[in-house]
Amino acid sequence: MSDVVEKTLTALPSLLSLDSQPGSGKLSSTSKLGNLIRGITELTSKHEEEKLIQRELSSIKEQVASPNTSMRQMKELMVRAIYCEMLGYEASFSYIHAIKLAQQGTVLEKRVGYLAVSLFLNESHELLLLLVNTVLKDLQSTNLIEVCMALTVVSQMFPKDMIPAILPLVEEKLTHPKEIIRRKAVLALYKFYLIAPNQVQHIHNKFRKALCDKDPGVMTASLHIYLQMIKENPEGYKDLTASFVTILKQVVGGKLPMDFNYHSVPAPWLQIQLLRILSLLGKDDQSTSEMMYEVLDESLRRAEMNHNITYAILYECVKSIYTIHPKAELLEKAAKCIGNFVLSPKINLKYLGLKALTYVVQQDANLALQHQLTIIECLDHSDLVIKRETLELLFRITNAQNVTVIVEKMLEFLRLSKDDYTTIDLVGKVAELWFIETMNTVFSLGGDMMQPDIPNSFLRLLSEGFDSTEEDRQLRLFAVDSYVSLLQGEPGRLPQRFLQVISWVLGEYSHLREGLEPATTLRLLAKLLDMKHTSSETKSWVLLAMSKLCEGPDCVSLAQELSERHGGSLDTVLRQRVQELRHLSEDAELRASVLPRDAAQEPLEVDSSLSFLDGFVSEALSAGAAPYKPPHQRQEELAQAKALSLEPYGLSLPISMSSCSLADRQSPTLLSMSSGLSGNSTDLSHKGGSTTLKLDGVKRVWGKDGYLAQKEPVEESAQVEVPSPLCSPSRQGGADSTHSQTPTPTPTPEPEKEKQQLASSLFVGLGSQSSVCLMGKSEQTPQRFRRKAKGQGSSSGASEQISNSHYSTQSTVDNLLCNNLLDSTVTSDLAVSTPEQTPQLSQEVATTNGTCDAEQDLIEETDPGNSPSLIRANSTVTADPPAHKDPDRPKDSCLSSHLPAELAGLSHSEIIPLCSSQNLDLSACHVQKEDALLLVIFIENSSDSDIECLLFLSQVSCVTDSPVEAVRSLSVSVYQYSLMVKRPAAHVALAGTASYHMALLTQSMLVSCFCLTSLLFLCLGRPLCVSTEEYGTLWLAFSQDTKQNLALLNDGQDPLTATLDVLKNKLQLHVVDIIGAEGIVACRLLQGQPCLMHCRVHAGSLAVWLRSPVPDLPDCLLYHCQRALQEH
Amino acid sequence: MQFMLLFSRQGKLRLQKWYVPLSDKEKKKITRELVQTVLARKPKMCSFLEWRDLKIVYKRYASLYFCCAIEDQDNELITLEIIHRYVELLDKYFGSVCELDIIFNFEKAYFILDEFLLGGEAQETSKKNVLKAIEQADLLQENIDFQMRLFAGNFGGKPNNPCCSIRSVALDVNSPPQGQQKQHPSNINTDFEVTGLLFSLISQPSCLK
Repeated sequence: MSDVVEKTLTALPSLLSLDSQPGSGKLSSTSKLGNLIRGITELTSKHEEEKLIQRELSSIKEQVASPNTSMRQMKELMVRAIYCEMLGYEASFSYIHAIKLAQQGTVLEKRVGYLAVSLFLNESHELLLLLVNTVLKDLQSTNLIEVCMALTVVSQMFPKDMIPAILPLVEEKLTHPKEIIRRKAVLALYKFYLIAPNQVQHIHNKFRKALCDKDPGVMTASLHIYLQMIKENPEGYKDLTASFVTILKQVVGGKLPMDFNYHSVPAPWLQIQLLRILSLLGKDDQSTSEMMYEVLDESLRRAEMNHNITYAILYECVKSIYTIHPKAELLEKAAKCIGNFVLSPKINLKYLGLKALTYVVQQDANLALQHQLTIIECLDHSDLVIKRETLELLFRITNAQNVTVIVEKMLEFLRLSKDDYTTIDLVGKVAELWFIETMNTVFSLGGDMMQPDIPNSFLRLLSEGFDSTEEDRQLRLFAVDSYVSLLQGEPGRLPQRFLQVISWVLGEYSHLREGLEPATTLRLLAKLLDMKHTSSETKSWVLLAMSKLCEGPDCVSLAQELSERHGGSLDTVLRQRVQELRHLSEDAELRASVLPRDAAQEPLEVDSSLSFLDGFVSEALSAGAAPYKPPHQRQEELAQAKALSLEPYGLSLPISMSSCSLADRQSPTLLSMSSGLSGNSTDLSHKGGSTTLKLDGVKRVWGKDGYLAQKEPVEESAQVEVPSPLCSPSRQGGADSTHSQTPTPTPTPEPEKEKQQLASSLFVGLGSQSSVCLMGKSEQTPQRFRRKAKGQGSSSGASEQISNSHYSTQSTVDNLLCNNLLDSTVTSDLAVSTPEQTPQLSQEVATTNGTCDAEQDLIEETDPGNSPSLIRANSTVTADPPAHKDPDRPKDSCLSSHLPAELAGLSHSEIIPLCSSQNLDLSACHVQKEDALLLVIFIENSSDSDIECLLFLSQVSCVTDSPVEAVRSLSVSVYQYSLMVKRPAAHVALAGTASYHMALLTQSMLVSCFCLTSLLFLCLGRPLCVSTEEYGTLWLAFSQDTKQNLALLNDGQDPLTATLDVLKNKLQLHVVDIIGAEGIVACRLLQGQPCLMHCRVHAGSLAVWLRSPVPDLPDCLLYHCQRALQEH
Repeated sequence: MQFMLLFSRQGKLRLQKWYVPLSDKEKKKITRELVQTVLARKPKMCSFLEWRDLKIVYKRYASLYFCCAIEDQDNELITLEIIHRYVELLDKYFGSVCELDIIFNFEKAYFILDEFLLGGEAQETSKKNVLKAIEQADLLQENIDFQMRLFAGNFGGKPNNPCCSIRSVALDVNSPPQGQQKQHPSNINTDFEVTGLLFSLISQPSCLK
């Protein structure tokens, strides 16, 4: 405070001397604003007000521009200008003066200046650049209030490009002795993170420090950043779960100072923030979820007061409980909680109850069933907001039986609603429900009797979509859901044509449904193939859909199985499709080019002239083949031959066969054949039987020597054919499509029904599982129940132990890895264990529990129980784990001997253990090849029997031939994956599963590798060799650029050369040229994306300017340059 | 939080704070639409609204409407409490705050808001700490004012403007009892609501919770 007073005293004389009429300035100016306000209220018309304000504004403008106006008067003028702007009149002339006031005024004037700036300008305003220097100056001020003001304005708005200029100063403030400054600095960094995440990448460890700050306010502020980062990458912060749980426990337990209470509830904002973070961390992750059950339970228990704030916490708790891996006991409590909300007489709580129900109902439809009457009441509520939320809820529980009633209710609401936004949203939903639903009925009933263009136009509509992509996605998703559940039911009763539609939609769009494994869909489709009365035409649709879906090792094996079973089919089309399926499933690249995703409506170029066969034809001709004759000509010739020749018919056949060598480009047969394929699929099987351009057809007809060697053109023609049936719907039925496009609701005014009756019609089909459900949504329910039931049932001793062991192993692993997060790369966890493993695991429990306890003791000892420091001490413990290594981990050296011979000569990274179970140990390292970065995974089998192990990693392509392999006992097998990074990013997470058979049990492990780009870039970056001229042209062509200053190395000689040399060696950059104080450098990623860097020595630092065609690449490279120079 | 608006029963904007960059035109459009929508709602209705892709949380205190826009996944109830805490802060600072205080001292209301919410997130939720930070700056002001009045020889005279009275920086010892109606030294009482914002809640206990 002393410096504040000091500052004030120094400012005082100048202030007093400035104002020649002391006292009057202040008083009269305030009354000026008062006069203005009073003047406005006295006016009666809008017109008069306008006149008054314009007059006021011109007077302000005049005074503001006058050089005699003191800063003090300026402050008052600004306040008036703000007032005018608030009334909706523009005062843009004052913007520049606001900046000037912030720059030149004393503390108090500055405050108004900054306020005016933050109210007048927004982030992108160009005048904001003028503020940068002022902010810089104030950040360095010794006056706390000035620093606070600067930080406040920075966290409200700051030009993105100028962040690097002030970042070091803001960072410095993180260690400021005053907590208010630290807190504001953290929030400023949060703002930077939001607008330019890459700029603050290098200070992630400082965020950790803020999280461990001794002041809970600073810690709370840092949670904003963490929430955001965890939202983007939950995998990366799992290790912090224990810390967050501990903090929440302490908050709930009332360990914070009273200052943080709000209406005697401890730090509710902090609690809610933590609950949100926990739900993100625990989503789809059983072991992490298990860590938070206890604290969630406690939060529920503690929040019992009848006050809004406790309800806010309860609501967040309930949401978390339903988001994380379910636990029966908690779900029960949460459901009760939701019940209290829904039944509350307070309308706000009722609304939230409905919202929670909407969120929950997909998992537990019974809950909606319990509250049906309340829901019905809400449906007729006078408040449209409540009504709408109820409709939203109903939308989620729509199924075949209640769809009519729900759509009716929605339309009813539509008639009432005047808001455009809601209308659009709701209409979309009605269309979605109605459309797919109705078409399902049409297909089921109409069956095979309807005209073929109805399904075609339906598919066409689906693929072409409406105006908004989001709506299309929803619609397709809905279709996929509904069809998957149909197939899971009794697909045998569905008409052939409907099955064809289903398989097309699934093939094309099932990837939209998250969590739906392609293998699952494949199995559903494969079931269709085995059904007796599936026609061969349908079968070929099904097979085609399957080849679109074939992805991953599961599918390959399935495809092989199918090809064995159906490969011998009598139907050639079927045989061909099976072959295609097999080939495409093995070659992902080929499949991607032949059957691109979402390409159903891109115009397909069909080369009807078959020009790609020209070479083949000319070769054949030169080899003496007869030129092609069109069939009518052949017929004529045949007729002539019949008339003239006396030879038997049989002999003419081989002649026409050999003459059928595709010479004439305009061949009507070929044309009709290709149009037949791309056109109506009904003819497909018929025509396909006679065509000779089939893979297996070729083999059989043309024997060993003949044309078999010339396989290439044949394959290419197959490529043309394959996609054509896909586009048939989009090509056909243009005119007829309209009849199914617009849902025409029947506006029968609904008679007054008994509420009970309405309830029964609305909630029909929700509780029982017997009904055939056409919608996918409710189908999830039973599954969820099963899981729940399992949780309940498994409370026996053994499995209890297992879950305990999960908890403790997880926590120790986390503790071990905590601080190494930035450097270490791997976390692992054991997901499923079997009874066989229990003894060993429980042993583990004993040992790990031991360490845990010890740690807890440690915490208690170091802590005299005073609350703020408790948090700090605890977080520090988790953040600074002992550098402990498991002695049992496989040795680097013994595994590296297993590296494949071709890789042995190349440099490889340290081999890190990924995960292990009783008998299997997985480890990995990366090997750098000239043209690729390989991830090598070692599976070590320490048991004395062979184990068949299947490893599946997402995001990488497999290099080794077969991913399914038996690992011999006591040996190691090696897999290679080539790593590709689509976009440069801060970090890349790899995850996958390893499943293995042992003693007839299938078990699986979750593997997750976590790689930072530092590693990736070092391995993926390659020098880009260009000349200075080429560099010049490239530079101009690239659009993404970033500028920043880097530290310059001072190793004696020329600092520029020295710095660039370091970068060159560490990051594999190519130094193109160095001219005087400037240097140009180029590099590229493995896939060839280039990045150019221009460096200039300026004022003791290196000003770099990076350009690249790829958005995140410059930031990424910059980050690594910084690191490389720091490490040096 | 995306933005916060304060407006009167007559639809006059009293305070606006935007935490997302928007053009002036958009701001005006949003304000107009929202003021209309919120004013059209009846007192017993739900405090939450879905509006475009945002959630609006509003609450009426006496003649003033406090209105916040949040994102879909944000907690509505805690936003209501943010509004309430802001009103409490204003109340403590001005001493039984009413609309008039906010009109005449809107810059102070902004300062308090900035100390409480930063970048759209609750920064400091302790009443004591927020006001301490404001007072530190105000103290400076008081010092200057004091000196200047001393210099002018009119110290001790009844200040005839509401913004620089000593009362407003009283170190939370004797804040006037809630609900007391303030005497504003002007003839404009009839044009504005002078009911204390918090008092309005006490007189209608049904909306308190």
